[in-house]
Amino acid sequence: MLEMASSADPDRTAVVSDGLRLTVAELSDLADGGAGIIAASGAYHVAYVGTGGAMLPLLLFASARAAVPLTPLNYRLSADGLRTLIGRLPEPLVIVDDEYRDMIGDAGKQVLSSADFLHAARGAEPSAEFADPEAVAVVLFTSGTTSAPKAVELNHNNLTSYITGTVEFGSADPSDAALICVPPYHIAGVSAALSNLYAGRKMVYLTNFDPHAWVKLVGDEGVTSATVVPTMLDRIVAVLEDSPADGPTLPTLRTLAYGGSKVAAPLVRKALSLLPEVGFVNAYGLTETSSTIAVLTPDDHRAALASGDPAVARRLGSVGQPVPSIEVQIRAEDGTVLGAGEVGELFVRGEQVSGRYAEIGSVLDEDGWFATKDVAYLDEEGYLYIGGRSDDTIIRGGENIAPAEIEEVLVEHPHVHDCAVVGADDPEWGQIIVAVVVPTSGAAPDVEDLRSHVRRHLRGSRTPDKVIFRDELPTNATGKVLRRDLVTELNSIKEHA
Amino acid sequence: MIKNGTRLQSQVCDTQVIVVRSADSLDDLRAGGVPMVPVGAEAAAGVTIDPEFSGGTVMGKRYIDDTGAEVLVTRAGNGSLSVGSTPLAVKEAKPLPASD
Repeated sequence: MLEMASSADPDRTAVVSDGLRLTVAELSDLADGGAGIIAASGAYHVAYVGTGGAMLPLLLFASARAAVPLTPLNYRLSADGLRTLIGRLPEPLVIVDDEYRDMIGDAGKQVLSSADFLHAARGAEPSAEFADPEAVAVVLFTSGTTSAPKAVELNHNNLTSYITGTVEFGSADPSDAALICVPPYHIAGVSAALSNLYAGRKMVYLTNFDPHAWVKLVGDEGVTSATVVPTMLDRIVAVLEDSPADGPTLPTLRTLAYGGSKVAAPLVRKALSLLPEVGFVNAYGLTETSSTIAVLTPDDHRAALASGDPAVARRLGSVGQPVPSIEVQIRAEDGTVLGAGEVGELFVRGEQVSGRYAEIGSVLDEDGWFATKDVAYLDEEGYLYIGGRSDDTIIRGGENIAPAEIEEVLVEHPHVHDCAVVGADDPEWGQIIVAVVVPTSGAAPDVEDLRSHVRRHLRGSRTPDKVIFRDELPTNATGKVLRRDLVTELNSIKEHA
Repeated sequence: MIKNGTRLQSQVCDTQVIVVRSADSLDDLRAGGVPMVPVGAEAAAGVTIDPEFSGGTVMGKRYIDDTGAEVLVTRAGNGSLSVGSTPLAVKEAKPLPASD
């Protein structure tokens, strides 16, 4: 891929990151040298601990050219957590940003600082092997919000299928620029580096997200597209709302993609009204599926917002239609394939779907289908709706309740800024429904008012048994609510009561 | 059947492709009217481009046949792609919005 980009337009700017600017040819030369360093180390794996930026595309291509898998690790983990994960990789060469050097200790086979790697790559003897398409290219640890992190293996074929299936080579305008602020250890960070290079779009990195810096970078670098996770969108919207009429705008921005986890409908509507010129894109995917498998396009957003037809208006809360190279099925617990409107578990199939874990193996069924563990349904037009993780389903008095259903209603209440609905242990019901609510700034919501708001919209069994208030929800860096933390906290409070 | 991800080159022009979706038809994949060979292989002696298949390939375009085979051109050349004597067609993809 890098070869293709390099032969098409070697002198265009490929990467802008903290004052470092690289053309496609410079990135390609560095990747060749980097591959030489990796090959010479004799390591079977490369691990990267750092904030990313130019290091991510460089290490992705250097590792690919050395035919050695790469694992970007979550630099926010504790030293113990990092060393445990490094210990699960086969004799890795660990490349680490200086600020995290002390956390690594002597984990791995060999440790090299990012600065030293970059410096050495400029002069190293190049190496360019062509990896077997079925060899593992990238191993990513899942965030482990519901269980211990699993090591997802993506092979070269999964990743290139995703790119060639969703991106047209060289399709970007010469002036296009993508602002990338998703972390390097997230699948969206990996896919952003590949797809933007392939499309011919300049990649502008913001390594430590800050909403003011984000808005400024859009202006400084003429950014035309960007991807954010829900918590980032929330903070960007807050900055735009607070700025005076003559304050910062985003004049060059044409598309803004959001994903990573569910974005509340009121936030989407607010963002759409603040940025009427911007095309919004909701992207849904999993690590195991090499990123995006369904897309709600800018036209879908506009149609939903303008429509008087409730079925079309609802689509603002859907994740859109599957990308052309992906097949989807909704299945009941007994495996029956369900029709439109019926809720079940989402299964997906396609070349980009890995469904394979180190230490576990492939979990695809015999026909190549992957069980996402997401509760979902399709509407008559094939728009996909995601109702959260099946692990998060609350079982109250024998009835299965998807938290997302209640959250979608609660968050529409004017006094609710954000919320998470979880099940807490209960001696009578097995589990009870607890709504954890972050009030809108300045509001003092009334518990009974919130409960009757839910009762007006949903069946009585969906009414939260308890409502508690918090200043914020516990989330990880990509905006996923840490439900397990909330549940643990709620259950321990009760034990002490 | 050729494996997905296999890289092939033309014997008579600069065209190189990568197999995106394999099918039995690709066993007779040709560029410039002459069978394609694995990247790095020597061209056979005395083969020349067939003028019937000299329309050229476009870098980054995907080409398909009607049995579901798909290849991606990773280097453009003067020959055009065919299975036997049936030309491959350029796959016209509906553009998706940038989502990464």
